[in-house]
Amino acid sequence: MTHFEADIRGLRERLLTMASLASTAVRQAVKAMIDRDDDLANKVEDEDTALDTLEKDVDEVAVLLLLRAPLARDLRLIMVATKISHDLERVGDEATAIARRARELNREPLLKPYVDLPRMANMVLEMLETAISAFVDSNSERARAVIPRDKEVDLLNKQLHRELTSFIAENPANISRCLNLMAISKRLERIGDHAKNIAEEVVYFSEAQDIRHTQPNPDASGAPAAP
Amino acid sequence: MSDVFPPRPRPATESGSPPSPEAVQRSIIETEGLSLFYGKAQALKSISLKIQEKVVTAFIGPSGCGKSTFLRCFNRMNDLIDTVRVQGQCRIGGEDILGPDVDVIELRKRVGMVFQKSNPFPKSIFENIAYGLRLHGTRDRKTLDEVVERSLRGAALWDEVKDRLHESALGLSGGQQQRLCIARAIAIRPEILLMDEPASALDPIATMKVEELILDLKKEFTIVIVTHNMQQATRISDYTAFFYIGELIEYDRTTRIFTNPQRKQTEDYVTGRFG
Repeated sequence: MTHFEADIRGLRERLLTMASLASTAVRQAVKAMIDRDDDLANKVEDEDTALDTLEKDVDEVAVLLLLRAPLARDLRLIMVATKISHDLERVGDEATAIARRARELNREPLLKPYVDLPRMANMVLEMLETAISAFVDSNSERARAVIPRDKEVDLLNKQLHRELTSFIAENPANISRCLNLMAISKRLERIGDHAKNIAEEVVYFSEAQDIRHTQPNPDASGAPAAP
Repeated sequence: MSDVFPPRPRPATESGSPPSPEAVQRSIIETEGLSLFYGKAQALKSISLKIQEKVVTAFIGPSGCGKSTFLRCFNRMNDLIDTVRVQGQCRIGGEDILGPDVDVIELRKRVGMVFQKSNPFPKSIFENIAYGLRLHGTRDRKTLDEVVERSLRGAALWDEVKDRLHESALGLSGGQQQRLCIARAIAIRPEILLMDEPASALDPIATMKVEELILDLKKEFTIVIVTHNMQQATRISDYTAFFYIGELIEYDRTTRIFTNPQRKQTEDYVTGRFG
């Protein structure tokens, strides 16, 4: 293996570490909400710095690799690596935000048993893990399969917002809990977006085809922003 | 509301990139089944290629792949080697240039050449350029002055040498000598400029000047360049052809060759994993 190939491998390994940390953070943040576990929420927040450091580390390695003027597949890999690492770092931020909202929710009694949010979390985690495994195997078909799933997550987010809005209308005492749950739903929906972005980057890496912004989006307004 | 900002139509091709070689209508150089032998050894294996007018086309490939030999077919420089035998067709501007009746001097007037090592004549800067013109019958001093100035300006050298036109060209730096050779080549207004690694012996600043010059010159001339420097090919060429052991492996838009080559051999070569 040449020095260049070793450094490329190093770049890939950093991305996989980031992917593992990001998906663990999401899983733990949602668990902190379900189990009403403040300690776990704090842990998610504390550990986010590892992802921040790795994002900068990936950029640094990418710059050094670009100095060697790579071409073709190597060039595409380095280009997508910086984007994927950015998406993964953002997934970490979303997980931290979920953990904070979970802590706030834990100060009040449970509004209702969580059903849709864990379901949504499972969907986005599966999207994220599939996108990463497609990257590892350079499997654009698998990456493409992730993209339409983002719509399902968006729908679930909208459905949750409607339901929580009705809870607010029923009783003003529900407002703060509903706003926190809406925020968590929105954060999970954003994680789905990041997983979709990663899948699109994997398609570019594997096929040199830029498929971003090619899907018609009939309802671009989406769900309301998080409060 | 959706009518207020209708979506902009997207271009059908990749923005900013030239059309694919297959889509090109106007080619100036065309070869068909061109093979070349040095004695019994076959150096070029049935190469068919169309080179578009007024663009830069780069030939890349490992040493001995035939790229320079192929380039030298376009102005019959290979004729200077006794054992060379050529088969197939090579047309420039639709005219066959391989036939025995072709006036090779006239051909080389249409197809100029710049070499790896600058080779100015041991004469003044002025004479280096005026020489070719005189050879082709221009005697008028005023015309010669005009062409020398225009050529030196064209080669981005005028400002550096205008006060010492009658000093020896051998006193110029390597980069200046190479640009002088380019000025000499364009003085006789060729249609095509062939360049065989024109910047490989130059430092980065001189290289940059030659590359800038190539980009300026393509407005007027068709340029075909052989280079070992793939970054140079990405910087200056519109099309790239990859050769390997006498065969044309892949020919496409430069952006495509260097971001998404279709053949594994090309991918291995451009990523440095060849062999």
